[in-house]
Amino acid sequence: MNRYPLWKYLIIGLVALVGLIYASPILFPSDHAVQVSPAGKNTLTEATVKTIETRLAEEGLAIKKMETAEDQLLIRFAGSETQLKASKVIREAIGEEDYITALNLAPTTPAWLRSLNAKPMYMGLDLRGGVHFLMEVDMDTAIKKAMNNYKDAIRDVLIKKKIRYLGVSVKDQHLEVKFKDAESAESGQRAIAKMATGELDFSTQETAKGVTLIASLKESTLVEKKRFALQQNITTLRNRVNELGVSEPVIQQQGLERIIVQLPGIQDTGRAKQILGATATLEFRKVDVTSSAVDAARSGQIPRGTKLFQDADGNPVLLRREVIIAGEQVTSAAAGFDAQSNSPSVNLRLDGKGSKRMFEFTTANVQQFMGVVYIETKIRTENVDGELVRKKVEKKKVINQAQIREPFGKSFQITGLDSPAEAHNLALLLRAGALAAPVYIVEERTVGPSLGQANIDAGFKSVVLGFVLVLIFMAVYYKVFGLVANLALALNLVLIVAVLSMLQATLTLPGIAGIVLTVGMAVDANVLIYERIREEIRNGLSPQAAINSGYGKALSTIADANITTLIAAVVLYAFGTGPIKGFAIVLAIGIMSSMFTSIMGTRSIINLIYGNRKVSKLHI
Amino acid sequence: MSKTIQVINFMGLRKLAVIFSALLILVSVVSLMVKGLELGVDFTGGTVMEMTYPGAVEPSDVRATLQDAGYEDFTVQHFGSIDKILVRMAPQEAETQKDLIAKDAKSDTKAQLSNNILDSLQAKTAGVTMDRVEFVGPQIGEELREKGGLAMLYALAGILIYVALRFEFRFSVGAIVALMHDVIITLGFFSITGLEFDLTVLAAILAIIGYSLNDTIVVYDRIRENFRILRKQEPEGVLNTSINNTLARTLVTSLTTLLVLVALFIFGGESVHAFSIAMIVGVLVGTYSSIYVASSSLLMLGVTKESLLPPEKEAEDADELADLP
Repeated sequence: MNRYPLWKYLIIGLVALVGLIYASPILFPSDHAVQVSPAGKNTLTEATVKTIETRLAEEGLAIKKMETAEDQLLIRFAGSETQLKASKVIREAIGEEDYITALNLAPTTPAWLRSLNAKPMYMGLDLRGGVHFLMEVDMDTAIKKAMNNYKDAIRDVLIKKKIRYLGVSVKDQHLEVKFKDAESAESGQRAIAKMATGELDFSTQETAKGVTLIASLKESTLVEKKRFALQQNITTLRNRVNELGVSEPVIQQQGLERIIVQLPGIQDTGRAKQILGATATLEFRKVDVTSSAVDAARSGQIPRGTKLFQDADGNPVLLRREVIIAGEQVTSAAAGFDAQSNSPSVNLRLDGKGSKRMFEFTTANVQQFMGVVYIETKIRTENVDGELVRKKVEKKKVINQAQIREPFGKSFQITGLDSPAEAHNLALLLRAGALAAPVYIVEERTVGPSLGQANIDAGFKSVVLGFVLVLIFMAVYYKVFGLVANLALALNLVLIVAVLSMLQATLTLPGIAGIVLTVGMAVDANVLIYERIREEIRNGLSPQAAINSGYGKALSTIADANITTLIAAVVLYAFGTGPIKGFAIVLAIGIMSSMFTSIMGTRSIINLIYGNRKVSKLHI
Repeated sequence: MSKTIQVINFMGLRKLAVIFSALLILVSVVSLMVKGLELGVDFTGGTVMEMTYPGAVEPSDVRATLQDAGYEDFTVQHFGSIDKILVRMAPQEAETQKDLIAKDAKSDTKAQLSNNILDSLQAKTAGVTMDRVEFVGPQIGEELREKGGLAMLYALAGILIYVALRFEFRFSVGAIVALMHDVIITLGFFSITGLEFDLTVLAAILAIIGYSLNDTIVVYDRIRENFRILRKQEPEGVLNTSINNTLARTLVTSLTTLLVLVALFIFGGESVHAFSIAMIVGVLVGTYSSIYVASSSLLMLGVTKESLLPPEKEAEDADELADLP
């Protein structure tokens, strides 16, 4: 009686082994490192590495290890304080233009573990320090802009069709077109509906002065516009975060209107906010080919009526002063493929006002070149003589120059791009510049690096203390069986860490609280079983029969009790945000692994100890 | 049967327990209505900043510095030690969606508030560092309040369904009564003591729902089993036996859970303080309620052994009866 087949032992052994391997990275705490990577088309030079080395040596900052891989320099330090100082020194030494200096947590796991894809647990921002922003896209403005575009288009189409109207106005989220009578309202609606290609819903209202046609966006169009605005903002934010030099940023959509931005290790939250809050726009200008841009750049003598810009590679470009159209007139930009020229392309669409101006310009300038300028405006707070001054800083860059083949208006293509990747990038930039909706920060959670470390220490201490208290109690109260339960509890802890590491789920402080709680609750299954065994013995069953019946009878109770807790964990996950989700994940993993360890795990050991022999008394 | 252990007549005490529970709930509800909860920044919106000074600092000095800088509607207090300061700013006024759109620049300054405050304090005392910032827009706070309430309802609904499927409807009601009892009293505890109710406490409440249910289910499981074995006994006796059967387990599990919670309370640091207090209260109340409330409500709902026998068995019984002459 009470013997397990070999395969069950094998399964338990295998799970324990895998658990130990994947939990083991926790024994190798990550190094605080600074990562230096070249920006743009730069490469990492020997000289730069030397400069960094000497500067760090001068400041007396000890380097633990320095390595280069894939054109990136990784410098490890002994602690977070040295890391912070060093990153500042490095940034000052090599500048922020050519290199991106980022704080990083570099794993120290041995190569054989890494080859098994065993990674340390991913720490949440409350443990490693950093900023969490929740940004909201201002959808009302996006919709209003869309409505304003329609306003111009409606005017145009009504004039073109010679339909008499009294006025067009934008009211909040809809448009009102006033007509003198029902007849013109009806033909007006027909003309507008045709122009809007099914994007609008209509209703009419009779007033004292005539008939008002109310046009609003269809639900599907509304969702489409919102998704577009959100996508635009995510793209822009991603570009800007890259500029901040963060090693593992998270930029994630949340719902239809919000974006999560997480920047681990960021110190200067003020700067982060300024960079994220920058606004971008576009300007389409004619390229001046009458004089040499290189000469103008060298001599500083800029020809009349032109302005000097730089392209993405830093080459000078001369553009005319007049702006043909601006970013807000671009309604969409998408990467595509042009069958005619057999090359990647970007397809652009303009709004009513924009297409009219573009048509006029291109008609007069066929064969000329047109350039697109990308402008980013940041608000930077600077300390001038002890006074904080908010300064507007503009960064301009020519992202594309193309020849005008023929006159065009509403939609056109930029072709002749080198690769699909380039087309994609250009489309992204064009969309970013056409930003339909501003974003603002609606939530911020910042944790400084020292507090993060303190949280880790506190969490670690409470897990250890809680664990030890439970171990002692179980050993005293249930003797041999208690020791077996303790083994299971230890394995349970290992499994939780292993699963968290494998899933790369984010460990947060509430998550650690979840681990502590699981330790306390995980013994429950064993308590249930053991109490049952004691009871069966009191009822006069033989030790072997008592073990068997105790495990058997407790099983359904354990399952019921755990499933209900699991329901609570699932709900918590579905409704919680950030750290709370971490708590829910740990709770769920803990419940499942504790079922395994405390039922199968303890049974296997109990069977090994008591199984298949004569037992007169159980130590329980 | 288990005559060897002493049987405590829990059900005999149930009238007393009902009065006691009713009293606790009454006090909690009154306090929740009159005083309400001290909602944290997660739910109200606003800004909380935790800062470390290079040396000891007086909250009154910080208060004066901030007042001089023109800030209003804030509180300053020590946090954990004498060189740490916690500043709370109430949500900045007039922040409806429309206002934000109208004044885009204003929303920018709001997010910048924490940086501006740090600048002001650093101007006065060099070396002040920011340990933590939580800025929650009022809308977000409102949403979290809504979501939190919904989360509790969904958890309760899910559990109601599961228990109804596994046991019987009356058990499900009994379990929910016990849960509501625990949640209301824990909320009442937070209301009366004026401890801050933040997101982690909400998580604790949901964990308590899970925990208290766990306890109740174990007792119910035993009741179901005993109804089948002790066919001659009255429901009250069956319930009593069941509670006594599971008593040791109930107490041991509560004890181990309390042990780790106390460890968390002592070492977990400020940010899990409220969480561990909520859990400790919840576990204590949950243990009590799974013994008294969950089972007494079963009796009040008129549970009998028939309500638990599987339908197939009933059909068989009916056949046997039909065979009698």
